[in-house]
Amino acid sequence: MSVDTSAARPSPAAGDASVSRSDTALRVADLTVAYQRKPVLWDVDLAVPAGVVAGIVGPNGAGKSTLIKAVLDLVPHASGLVEVFGKPYRKQRSLVGYVPQRESVDWDYPISALELVEMGLYRKIGWLKPVTRAYRTQALAALEEVGMADFANRQISRLSGGQQQRIFLARALVQDAAVYFMDEPFAGVDAATEKAIMGILQRLREQQKTVFVVHHDLETVREYFDYLIMMNMRVVAAGRVADVFTPENLRRTYGGRLTLLDRAVDAIGGIRQ
Amino acid sequence: MNVERLLRILLLSDYNTRVVVFGTVALGIAGGVIGVFLLLRRRALLADAVSHAALPGVAIAFLVLVGLGQSGRNLPVLMIGALVSGLIGMGCVIVVNRYTRLSEDAALGIVLSVFFGFGVALLGIIQKMRGAAAAGLDSFIYGKTASMIRSDALLIGVVAVVVLIGTTLLFKELRLITFDPDFAAGDGWPVGTLDVTLMALVVIVTVIGLQSVGIILVIALLIIPPAAARFWTESLRLMAVISGLIGALGGYLGTAISGMAPRLPAGAVIVTVMGAAFTVSFLVGSERGLVRVLVDNLALRQRVLNQNLLRALYECEETGCTDSADGQMHYLSTARGWSAPQLRRWIRRATRQGMLTLGKNGCWDFTDHGRREATRVTRNHRLWEIYLLEHADVAPAHVDQGADFIEHVLGDTLVAELEDVLADRDALPASPHSLLPASEARTS
Repeated sequence: MSVDTSAARPSPAAGDASVSRSDTALRVADLTVAYQRKPVLWDVDLAVPAGVVAGIVGPNGAGKSTLIKAVLDLVPHASGLVEVFGKPYRKQRSLVGYVPQRESVDWDYPISALELVEMGLYRKIGWLKPVTRAYRTQALAALEEVGMADFANRQISRLSGGQQQRIFLARALVQDAAVYFMDEPFAGVDAATEKAIMGILQRLREQQKTVFVVHHDLETVREYFDYLIMMNMRVVAAGRVADVFTPENLRRTYGGRLTLLDRAVDAIGGIRQ
Repeated sequence: MNVERLLRILLLSDYNTRVVVFGTVALGIAGGVIGVFLLLRRRALLADAVSHAALPGVAIAFLVLVGLGQSGRNLPVLMIGALVSGLIGMGCVIVVNRYTRLSEDAALGIVLSVFFGFGVALLGIIQKMRGAAAAGLDSFIYGKTASMIRSDALLIGVVAVVVLIGTTLLFKELRLITFDPDFAAGDGWPVGTLDVTLMALVVIVTVIGLQSVGIILVIALLIIPPAAARFWTESLRLMAVISGLIGALGGYLGTAISGMAPRLPAGAVIVTVMGAAFTVSFLVGSERGLVRVLVDNLALRQRVLNQNLLRALYECEETGCTDSADGQMHYLSTARGWSAPQLRRWIRRATRQGMLTLGKNGCWDFTDHGRREATRVTRNHRLWEIYLLEHADVAPAHVDQGADFIEHVLGDTLVAELEDVLADRDALPASPHSLLPASEARTS
């Protein structure tokens, strides 16, 4: 990416002001979250355009997962406003899909891979109605898409970590949402799963979906994302990867942990030249 | 032992026995089915706190009845008292949990013991005050099935039907909130309301169970059957069915056995029968029972041994030591440090499985089927070895051991991936290390 094109692009804030409100997929204003009076997120402001695959990076304890959970109303927030496509989140729930962290559920639960994916269709099926054959076929197709069709009837504890991650993604895919939130889908997965997830991100991008991905590996940021939110309790920088993924912002995000970071910064410097 | 009496009870010859058995079986089914979701939601101890918290409610309801000049033994009113104070107890747990830094188990312990202690104190006062008429309240602590009358049994039956209909209709929703409440909330489901619905069913089952099984043991009806059912199945639907059946069995057999001896408390016997069902399930359960796990492990061990033998024989052939029976045996026993009797036993088994046959000059040779299997096993082993060497920086001296176990569990997908990574590999790559046993490799 040459410096010229990134300079020609308007800054994220100016860009958002110039487009109509509904082109902003996610708008967060003044969001503060505190656990036991200790702030975890502080005055978060975001305006993310529709159709981007956005990475959320930051050191451990920076509140990346908390940001997603606060947006989805899974943790109470002290203050703040969350809008999805210009309307309050609570009214737009049906537009949102969610991939929680893999560790957040009990994998010993008596359920098969297919039944887990079907959960993504429950909203469409509606209250009290059973899962019919047509829906089951949809769930199977999603399993096929993540390369897990052969494991449809397997109990979920008998899958590898990467396979578990893939069925979590399949469940989100059948939700058929406009905006996805994925909490560390790449954490601890094998090469095949990584490839599968990248394929899914690519496809979602082609379908003009907006995707938020909590991510740890700075080396793959440029490869996976076109938008980046860098945070450490507050938002340090947010915008097109080409604009914000700079050594300066990395230092501000990761603060004193420079020893860990020097290598990554060097790597980026190398790419930018 | 009076066989005739046992038969009369088991065959439900008496009207009274029929009433009591109907009641306890219905209770067992209701507890078993709703208990599945309670257990999976990890709220089992909350139900225990609710049952203990019910005792002061029973005592206060009794006092109110007596104060109004009524008979204190009005079961529906006592149950309403139990329900109200059980719910207050549950509310206290939630409040303590949310507004203090105490963990949930501490909150449960506090509420459970304080309410129960208060209830016992009230019972003490009642007993001093009202002598004989109040004595019956003790049965709420340990349970007294024999006092169950037709209307009690019918009430339990109605509750059981409500639980069955409720869990059937809400099956999908309950599965969702018990497996992944965060996803459910993000998906727009009212997780709080569904949780309250689940807990309401649990509390109702608990309260109707108090009279027959008692405050202390009623939790067993909700936990033991589902825990036992889990050993038999990996399907939630089947787990609920099996759990209900175990609950019914406990109610039926427990009531029958306690009917044999006048002083045997039914609640305790019911729980003991369920405990036996749990033990049996734990041992021989078809999906997760101990025997199944041990058999699976043994089968894996045998497969590993068999595959090791096939590969050793294949490599023996490659190195050309199949010329004489002695040479072959020597190679096989030194290759892996197998003793001669072990080796003979495994060769016999491989022969029975149609993998090996005794060839000319007394050497063991592969059958067609055996050769295919040996080639496959050896190939997997080598692919993995080469992968470790080239992609994981493992020293050549160690790759053999590294590959030794993993090759037996390589699935088709993983093998396909290995082939992808090692794109230019021919059908069966040569071994990346010497095939001669270590002692001979050193001399050569």
